[in-house]
Amino acid sequence: MANIINDETIEYVGILAKLELSEEEREQAKSDMGRMLDYIDKLGELDTVGVPPMSHVFPVQNVFREDVVTNGDLREQMLSNAPKEKDGMFVVPRTFE
Amino acid sequence: MEITDMTAVELSAAIRAGQTSAVEAAEAMLARIEERDKIYNCYVTVDREGALVQARMVQEKIAAGELTGPLAGVPVALKDNLCTEGLLTTCASKILGNFVPTYTAEAVLNLQKAGAVILGKTNMDEFAMGSTTETSAYGATKNPWNTAHVPGGSSGGSAAAVAAEECYFALGSDTGGSIRQPASYCGMVGMKPTYGTVSRYGLIAYGSSLDQIGPLTKDVTDCAVALEAIASYDRKDSTSIKRQDTNFASALVENVQGLHIGIPNDYLGEGLDEEVKEAILQAAEELAHRGAVVERFDLSLVEYAIPAYYTIAAAEASSNLERFDGIKYGYRTETYEGLHNMYKKSRSEGFGEEVKRRIMLGSFVLSSGYYDAYYLKALRVKALIKKAFDEAFAKYDVILGPVAPTTAPKLGASLADPIKMYLGDIYTIAVNLAGLPGISLPCGKDKNGLPIGLQLIGDCFQEKKLIRTAYTYEKIRGPFGKEAGQEQEGHRHE
Amino acid sequence: MSRQYETVIGLEVHVELATKTKIFCGCSTAFGAAPNTQTCPVCTGMPGSLPVLNKQVLKYAIAVGLATDCEITRYAKFDRKNYFYPDNPQNYQISQLYLPICRNGSVEIETKEGRTKTIGIHEIHMEEDAGKLIHDEWEDCSLVDYNRSGVPLIEIVSEPDMRSAEEVIAYLEKLRLLIQYLGASDCKLQEGSMRADVNLSVREVGEEQFGTRTEMKNLNSFKAISRAIAGEAERQIDLIESGAAVVQETRRWDDAKGESYAMRSKEDAQDYRYFPDPDLAPVAVSDEMLEEIRASQPEFRNEKKKRYKEEFGIPDYDIEIITQSKHMADLFEAATAICGQPKKVSNWLMGETLRLMKEKETDAQDLCFSPEHLAKLIGLVDDKVINGSVAKEVFEVMFEEDVDPAQYVEERGLKTVNDEDALQKTIKEVIAANPQSVEDYRNGKEKAIGFLVGQTMKAMKGKADPAAVNQILRRICAK
Repeated sequence: MANIINDETIEYVGILAKLELSEEEREQAKSDMGRMLDYIDKLGELDTVGVPPMSHVFPVQNVFREDVVTNGDLREQMLSNAPKEKDGMFVVPRTFE
Repeated sequence: MEITDMTAVELSAAIRAGQTSAVEAAEAMLARIEERDKIYNCYVTVDREGALVQARMVQEKIAAGELTGPLAGVPVALKDNLCTEGLLTTCASKILGNFVPTYTAEAVLNLQKAGAVILGKTNMDEFAMGSTTETSAYGATKNPWNTAHVPGGSSGGSAAAVAAEECYFALGSDTGGSIRQPASYCGMVGMKPTYGTVSRYGLIAYGSSLDQIGPLTKDVTDCAVALEAIASYDRKDSTSIKRQDTNFASALVENVQGLHIGIPNDYLGEGLDEEVKEAILQAAEELAHRGAVVERFDLSLVEYAIPAYYTIAAAEASSNLERFDGIKYGYRTETYEGLHNMYKKSRSEGFGEEVKRRIMLGSFVLSSGYYDAYYLKALRVKALIKKAFDEAFAKYDVILGPVAPTTAPKLGASLADPIKMYLGDIYTIAVNLAGLPGISLPCGKDKNGLPIGLQLIGDCFQEKKLIRTAYTYEKIRGPFGKEAGQEQEGHRHE
Repeated sequence: MSRQYETVIGLEVHVELATKTKIFCGCSTAFGAAPNTQTCPVCTGMPGSLPVLNKQVLKYAIAVGLATDCEITRYAKFDRKNYFYPDNPQNYQISQLYLPICRNGSVEIETKEGRTKTIGIHEIHMEEDAGKLIHDEWEDCSLVDYNRSGVPLIEIVSEPDMRSAEEVIAYLEKLRLLIQYLGASDCKLQEGSMRADVNLSVREVGEEQFGTRTEMKNLNSFKAISRAIAGEAERQIDLIESGAAVVQETRRWDDAKGESYAMRSKEDAQDYRYFPDPDLAPVAVSDEMLEEIRASQPEFRNEKKKRYKEEFGIPDYDIEIITQSKHMADLFEAATAICGQPKKVSNWLMGETLRLMKEKETDAQDLCFSPEHLAKLIGLVDDKVINGSVAKEVFEVMFEEDVDPAQYVEERGLKTVNDEDALQKTIKEVIAANPQSVEDYRNGKEKAIGFLVGQTMKAMKGKADPAAVNQILRRICAK
């Protein structure tokens, strides 16, 4: 395996992705990601010099909406799935120091 | 003919003719679900009461002459990543186990306008990530042709529900083959339209630049009619495309005279099951008999589509799935210490293994120092793949090949080796990268009686050529029959 | 301290645009609504929702770019900036990194010494604002309100061209004025519609290389910005002098304590994994679109100053003050258009208005009286319906609550008494009560007449025309 994923990398990606892996999952993830990256490295065989990256497959441009209010008060709906709410707001663990 | 044997178009005609009613059809399907879904597990949620209420309303409108279209009164199923107002929408994930959307996906609204009756939500691979419907948090779906086998995925619940006659047709979504491959494994017709043809508003995103909604149906006629109903230009979806040519049913013509069909040599190489190969080439030959000009050619770059796809899809998925954080909706862990611990525990407990695997990979390929080498590289390869197709479509009207290298694998055989599973997407994935339309329809069975799928790929906006070709082939092939053990006289097309 | 240091400052200025709706959905941006009453599936990050760009956001961003001499990017895209925080419902912010809408601009500021200096603008990009977090003391948790989530912002990123707090303030004032003139934002620091993050480093004078910089957030007044710059420069110099290194980090300024602290935590990797947002179409700015925006650009301050001089002939000093605020300039022009007396309008603005603004700590953009009422007030004085001192009284009320001066004068009975008989009666009483002053006047003491006018005005409770009183007094005393 050309790509060796170490604990540090898995830890770092876990912080980015907000995932916490068990010891077992972590070992699996290291091996899976290493193999996947080896596989993706195949792309390196292709010469892509001068090829612009294609993020959008069709040249659709300038999709706009007009600056007109179309939504009313949807609070009740927006809160209807909240695990916890209070005073019309979403409750989250304390964010202030 | 039993109404359960009918196609969607046959059923709506029978309802309009007063031979049956929307309510009878809904009741028949609910009875089927009651009887069979214990075995197949096609549905995550069945909306019994809702379906009957809708059926009664639709029947009144049909009686009043307000609904006259070919889908009026037809009971349908929806993949569980399509938002439905007031009806549980889980993406087959624990993290959305209690999520009830406050709005309905645009494609579903279009179906409702056409008078379709929604029976419920079908099982899938969690967040559409998988090829077998085994990554669902709500149990695997079984292939109605042989319950020891998977139905394919990720729209496996939709394909199996149509095959088991637990609905007349279903909607699925296709990011890398997720409609075409399960349709192939379940002996049904499935179509992934040109990117932008069906609004993605209300489709819970996996890979936004690749996702398209499409129908899974019993035959090509239903496919054309269903696609015509769900296609629309939607101002709420910035990637939606204004098309004038969405009268797809008009392409149900039996004629391939002079049509140029190309078969990529790259699609017949190593890894392709011999029986599948034979069936595909046989189908091509039959089309040639009807006047199509069939040639082999080199498409090139085929082996690069999978690594490019998994890079792009995983990157987009890692971002799209960030919103599942236990704050606004969905699962929140029981106990936690502080904000970040809440995020990590909720997500780690809420997502399944395959989803986590792709989120980790996606976060990595976008992270500082790797973006250019992985993500941008994949976008450049995507441009090359698109170009290869452009060159092919300069010569051919339709590209013909297999949907998948094999027929449906056995349950439990795929998940152990993710890369091997990903390799199964080799013939379907490039279509999504290039935004092209593709259709899958049955063209034979293997020695175990499992269906083999034929894939036809068209240039952008050329769905009509695909429908015409598929319709012609279907006529040549004749009735395909039903799931194993129930194969019968096959009068469906008479 | 033996070594001399120079402070190097660049700014990231966030400006909330004055659109009616959010950047990607049709929710209102109005201020002060009850929590989460201006939200929808898009701006709360509901699964399956998709963004669509508000055209006005693009227009405003381009307008600001043109006003700051930027190159307008003809093919721009939106990118996702990924980070988890509860005020950010999708856990990514839609912003622009790779192809921002404007680049390579500049504005000129005037330094303390009266020289002009060019401050480079690296780029301007469009992005969405975050929601608001409120701390709940009772339950020791935080509450999220997404009303501000998705409100459009532009971020104006300067080059590290500033060297002092004064230059920073001058630059901010300049931006604020430009943007207010464009009508693109009200730019209120206190309300957060204009926010500045300060990137600061220090280096020895003469050194070519930049030092390691820090980014300071939470600066919501010019005073806080000045204090934070002084405090951070000092902190960095102390570090260097003591042989330690400055760490590149984000710091939060606590203005009450007068100090900053690092915002780093193990969970903030500061790796935003930007990539093009696949849900939004790229923006292609056509020549026509650009011309249309260019043609509708308002008159900026320099052009206005020139025109005022030619058109109204008011003093340079007045012009300088009036054009410092778009709102005041608009008031001036509108009132002048009604009453046709630029000098009188200017006098009201330069005199009573400035005095009351200072007294009541009011910003020019918050002046509430209407040009119609100011013109009417000038008319009342011209027509001798009220005198100057009553007019000032009335104006003070107008300044507070924009009353109609004519109605107010009527209701309060403040009209000047022009009835000669009534005046004569009062004057005769004043003369009778002050024989010595009358005598003094008759003996050539001009000052005495002023005293008698004052006594009469007092007896009339101010409601007399002092000129008329003066005239009658002289006539009677002369007899």
